[in-house]
Amino acid sequence: MAQQIFAYIVHKDGVPDDSAMELAAAAKKIDAGAALTAIVMGSGDNVDKVANAVASAYSEVWKVNKAEVAYPNAEIIRGMLVNMLPKGSIVLVPHVTFGMDLSPGLSVKLDTAYVADVVGIDGVSGSSLKIVRQEYSGQVSTHVECDISAGAVINVRGGCFKPEEANAGGKVVDKTADAGSVTAKRRFLEVVKGEVGEVDITKADVLVSVGRGIGEQDNLEIIRDLAKAMGAEVSCSRPIVDAKWLEKPRQVGTSGQTVKPKVYMALGISGSFQHLGGIKGSPFMVAINKNSKAPIFQVADVGVVADMLEFIPELTDKINDMK
Amino acid sequence: MEILVCVKRVPDTSENEIEVNKDGTDIKRDDLVYSVNEWDNYAVEEAIQIVDRVGGSVTVVTVGDSDSEEILRREMAMGANNGILLSDDAFATTDGKGIATILKAIVQKGKYDLILTGAQADDGAGQVGGMLAAMLDMPYASLVNKIEDLDGKLKVGREIEGGNQEMNEIDLPCVLSIQTGINEPRYVGIRGIRKVASVDIPVHGLSDLGISADAIKAKVKRLDYFVPELGKGAEILEGSNDEIIEKLIELLKSKGGIK
Repeated sequence: MAQQIFAYIVHKDGVPDDSAMELAAAAKKIDAGAALTAIVMGSGDNVDKVANAVASAYSEVWKVNKAEVAYPNAEIIRGMLVNMLPKGSIVLVPHVTFGMDLSPGLSVKLDTAYVADVVGIDGVSGSSLKIVRQEYSGQVSTHVECDISAGAVINVRGGCFKPEEANAGGKVVDKTADAGSVTAKRRFLEVVKGEVGEVDITKADVLVSVGRGIGEQDNLEIIRDLAKAMGAEVSCSRPIVDAKWLEKPRQVGTSGQTVKPKVYMALGISGSFQHLGGIKGSPFMVAINKNSKAPIFQVADVGVVADMLEFIPELTDKINDMK
Repeated sequence: MEILVCVKRVPDTSENEIEVNKDGTDIKRDDLVYSVNEWDNYAVEEAIQIVDRVGGSVTVVTVGDSDSEEILRREMAMGANNGILLSDDAFATTDGKGIATILKAIVQKGKYDLILTGAQADDGAGQVGGMLAAMLDMPYASLVNKIEDLDGKLKVGREIEGGNQEMNEIDLPCVLSIQTGINEPRYVGIRGIRKVASVDIPVHGLSDLGISADAIKAKVKRLDYFVPELGKGAEILEGSNDEIIEKLIELLKSKGGIK
């Protein structure tokens, strides 16, 4: 395999994202002997800080220091990458909101294959890369064959590859001039911080978290009753906030709050990776779901396959009786 | 504003347990309940609301077999003005890039100011919107959860990590992928569906769209389906409800889950 492998490094406030070292590990699964190049774009001192921080895991780090990419505008960065990358390259990008914005269009402009949200890599045979993905909200997995003869853009899900040990000792190369100048028809304005609610679920020891399985808004009452009996706070997954049944600050997940409770009750929550991405510190997790195939049962400590609408009121009554 | 919304007919994962068939070549499809991809439904609602504010029309388009006509009619019952079905045997084996290529051809047959897709569909790739925008050389924003009309452009909010929102100004024409929660999709009653039951929905195949079979040849192919192995899995509590509850309470108490 003579293709070069690049990893796009996402960073914030001078600190590389956890994905930086995971992409290096994913690259090794594609080609264990490959010389890996990291790409760090941004503006000011932070670019050097990030470039130096990731150099240990990559044989080379390309840095681009330009005012236009002080905030990562995917359209501008895409244009610069097209200017810089050799034809036929394999480009790894983390499957975060920026990666989802950048990657599909980048694959079109580079005229390469594209695979999104990769959770495993089974290796290369000739020009065919074998990849593992999940479909249908994680209920089933698939092996996917990707023709990499003309290169590929691959989005890698966080937490799926063990971060690479730091031993490559790469050199940092300034590629600012090669990035060129790119104009954009989409202009970044500002980041609006999420609202802060009356309840801070990030501080709760025990969370009773409800998902789509609750069915109707009126049924939330049984969740509130259980939380009251347990002395817990109520949190939820995304569909509950989308339906405006609970407020956004109660949402657990990558697009909501990151929580660190001791005990997490997942009620009628299927367990998408975006939801699980918001739970840190390995709490004791109990999942109650009527779908025995729900992905949540793969990560929970204890599971109950039951209709929550019948099961939870009984559980609440027993807890109350016990007191 | 002339708006095209790309929609897809998918098995409803909130209604179905998705299982793999015996030889792993597909999921078991016999008893699945199909509907409009959830994200697309929000995109159609958003398009209708924009047209209600500034005028214009909403066209819904899908790539699929004849069964997909039902979701076009559903979205028309919701308030979309026109439907287009893109259907051809050659479309069945293509990949995301192929779908974007097919959609590009229909976009170029019309004159649209705004093209919307759902942020993702059943395969979770979220790729078609971004690819389509790049093919059309239009600006793109993904995971959009707010749209404000400005003169000749839009102000859009993108969902980013941690409950925050990234605001951008984007020129028209553009492509946006719509995130759930941006609005509250309206209810579609049986009366609405009856009203559009006999509306003519044009069907276009490969040759009508002027694309070659080679142009949509898949570079990415699904080899098989299998049951995911994510972790060791939960200890599933068994027994009567009383027995399960007793065990569960004991466990919760020992872990500090009951105060």
